[in-house]
Amino acid sequence: MEIKQLDVLVVGGGPAGLAAAVELYRKGIKDILVVEREKHLGGILRQCIHDGFGLTRFGSTMSGPEYAERFIHEAREMGIPCIVNAAVTEITNDKVVTVVTRDGIRKYQAKAVVLAMGCRERTRGALAIPGERPAGVFTAGVAQAYMNLYNRMPAKEVVILGSGDIGMIMARRLTLEGAHVKAVFEIQPYPSGLPRNIEQCLKDYGIPLYLSRTVTNVHGDVRLQGVTVSEVDEHMRPIPGTEKYYECDTLILSVGLIPENELSIDAGVQLDGRTRGARVNEFFETNVPGIFSAGNVLHVHDLVDFVSLEAESLADAAAEYVQEGRLPACPIEIVYDKNVNHTVPMAVSGTRPFRISMRVNRPMKDVRVVLRQDGREVASKKMKKAIPAEMIQFTVDAEKLEGSGKLEVSVE
Amino acid sequence: MEELFDVIVIGGGVVGCAIARELSRYKLRIGVLEKNPDVGYETSARNTGVCHGGFAYDPGTLKARMCVEGNKEMGRLSEELDFKFRRCGKVLVGNTEEERARLLEVIRQGEMNGASGLRMIEKEELHRLVPSVLGEFALLSENSGIIDPFMMTIALAENAVHNGAEFFLQREVEAIRRDEEGNWVITARTWPFGGKVSHAERESGEQASVKAEASGGRNPVSGDQESAGQAPGTVREEFRTRWVVNSAGLSCGKISDMLGIKGYKIIYSKDDYIILDNRLGSMVPMPIYTVPSNTYMGIHVTVTTDGNVLLGPTAEDIDKPSGYGVEQKNIDYLYDAAMAIWPHVKRGDYIRTYCGILPKWVDEKGVIQDFKIEIRDDIAPRAVNLVGMESPALTGAPAIARYVVGMMLEREEFPENADFDPVRKGIPKFSELPEEEQERLIAMDADFGELVCRCQKVTKAEILAAIRNPLGAQTMVAVKYRTRAMMGRCQGGYCQMRIAEMLEQETGARPEEITYARQGSNIFYGKVREA
Repeated sequence: MEIKQLDVLVVGGGPAGLAAAVELYRKGIKDILVVEREKHLGGILRQCIHDGFGLTRFGSTMSGPEYAERFIHEAREMGIPCIVNAAVTEITNDKVVTVVTRDGIRKYQAKAVVLAMGCRERTRGALAIPGERPAGVFTAGVAQAYMNLYNRMPAKEVVILGSGDIGMIMARRLTLEGAHVKAVFEIQPYPSGLPRNIEQCLKDYGIPLYLSRTVTNVHGDVRLQGVTVSEVDEHMRPIPGTEKYYECDTLILSVGLIPENELSIDAGVQLDGRTRGARVNEFFETNVPGIFSAGNVLHVHDLVDFVSLEAESLADAAAEYVQEGRLPACPIEIVYDKNVNHTVPMAVSGTRPFRISMRVNRPMKDVRVVLRQDGREVASKKMKKAIPAEMIQFTVDAEKLEGSGKLEVSVE
Repeated sequence: MEELFDVIVIGGGVVGCAIARELSRYKLRIGVLEKNPDVGYETSARNTGVCHGGFAYDPGTLKARMCVEGNKEMGRLSEELDFKFRRCGKVLVGNTEEERARLLEVIRQGEMNGASGLRMIEKEELHRLVPSVLGEFALLSENSGIIDPFMMTIALAENAVHNGAEFFLQREVEAIRRDEEGNWVITARTWPFGGKVSHAERESGEQASVKAEASGGRNPVSGDQESAGQAPGTVREEFRTRWVVNSAGLSCGKISDMLGIKGYKIIYSKDDYIILDNRLGSMVPMPIYTVPSNTYMGIHVTVTTDGNVLLGPTAEDIDKPSGYGVEQKNIDYLYDAAMAIWPHVKRGDYIRTYCGILPKWVDEKGVIQDFKIEIRDDIAPRAVNLVGMESPALTGAPAIARYVVGMMLEREEFPENADFDPVRKGIPKFSELPEEEQERLIAMDADFGELVCRCQKVTKAEILAAIRNPLGAQTMVAVKYRTRAMMGRCQGGYCQMRIAEMLEQETGARPEEITYARQGSNIFYGKVREA
């Protein structure tokens, strides 16, 4: 089979992939190809018909499809080749990419590969929620796709498990389309989605949010008839005697997103135990030289604007990689204390300014995020509140670093 | 047109489908009545899929004999019918001297049953064969294996259809009587959009009257349609037949009573399982069992033909089949028990949980009995009664089918079906084919170049072929079992919308008529907006 040579192959035509492709083109890397498995570009944004995208990146808010259209339009203007309805089935560690299309199987040898596959939703099975297995249990994104892309109404009486952003957005959407959302239950003692969604999607519609509760049984032989909800203790174990039955025909799950890295694993890319995305350096390069990763496949973001910005940073580095054939080594490892859930990147070169993206493990007030090298403070950021739902970012001046001693992020 | 069926098989589980296929070697009018919207919906689909070696059953029992015979022919059958089977072996892992003695006893029993390839292996060999296991020694059963139980059942049914048998899905038997001529008259409840009651027929309002005319032997029962509390469109039909086979699995006791063979006591064993990601398959090259007691095989770690690791079963006795719910305590217990022999279980690898129920025939004291396969010429002539078809009925199915037909042939001569074709070809599995073969398929049909299910790499062509299956099963689960679409780590998060859409397009159903599985498992309440 003929193997076509390329500078960069971008896996995924969602917000991350499109932003990376457009920025690569701007940097003069024009021999690129975006491969998208769906029939249209835009990724998950296509089904996000609510408002609120673009404030950071474009300075005005718009719907998901409108946000995507900005990048699709640019890519089109530039004439960036994109193939849709095309599934990448394999990426090798020497960057040979296999794509299945209706016209046959194609193979590409790329100088650099951009992983931009996004994420998938955690399912009921992954949580092992006990009970029967009736129809009427949907992840929030599936319900959103059914309603917004397929014009199918999946629910009437609804209970939502998990206070993730998509779950809250679906609470509002379902309510607007005539369903009755009884309540949202969150197993953690704090909400997992953004404060603005709690206000705009739950409070404005009188939908109660109960914390430290989870679904402990699912009832219904064929279609869901109800769920049992229990309070949980500080170890998130259900407390016997606290069970309450809620009659409903639909259970919506918004219980977490998982970066979709099966292709990355096959390419030999090492994943991080916390983010479940690739371990990358400040250039968004993985352990496999020339394979880069950004957006929700790297770590789950709360705002698409940051996905685009991250992918644009990736593109700058990937362009340099293609042009120079290499990027500076990144010997300085980043570690963190117990209050931090994860950081991206996991290592830096120490030769250029870099940005750290991170999340805290639990809600905290009046804190300082501090970056130290060998006990010496090199950057800090004061925050009135830090919550797990909101990604924290700060930029570090490389001149403050000395040698290749580890960097430690702490929240105090 | 011929009025009468020669044989009606009640129950489209693996045994019923194997019997239908075996009968299709003869020139007979064969019907299979299945209450669910597809074959293999209950016990046949909800098990470990292990092809047993035949050492675990008391010598001289039908269980032992059927298992050993079925095991021997599984390779040939899987090739004829194109379903997955791997003779990978199986280990029963032990640690103490008592357990060693028990395993030696099991080997002796197996040899008496005619099982071969049984031997003790020591730690070094055990860990070479199954590096991931904990244990000091093991019984290795070389001839044990793993079967795709969904596809085995479907393949048997499809081959039976190919050879002339008729399947009637969503037909729940309510009553059985005999007419003046001694034929069996079976009353079955049915409802639209299952089996051969097509959407088009319903739309035209013609329903059963047309069909009864079109196909002999079935008559609508008048004045009894749409009783209170039933699904709209429910009708009753009568099937007239010379022979009847009770292969009703969980409902065997009920059907046996209807045949006039009363008094069987059935208890049920409920088995909960956890399914793990199929990335782990290579870590379980063969099923891992512990040392069995006389009555319980213990928690095992097994692997499916598609590489998913299964933890289970819990084996709780219950009086009545009461739904397929899985309890939290069992999920926790399975984790702990599996970790004791296979310390690699991670919650992040959970795909889902499931539950299966086995029917067991017990005596007055509650002791589990052998399979019962009988013809009671005195009280129920020309009725084959199968009672307590639990494990190893999956392994034993082909042998059981031959045994059943043999009993019928002792009483009546059936003319051979000279056109019988034992071969059935399944839907090509795109993801498992070499690249040249994939290219050829795409060139032939571009739908093979469109991946619908990402996790399991299932193409549009495979899903369309599954929807157009010869049995007329038209649910989401029918597609799932036939293609593996929606069985992966995202559990249909990416593909289920597309599959529901294709199901609507192919069957002409309205959105609110699409079901996940059984009657009532509707997915939608209609459209969000009328366009």
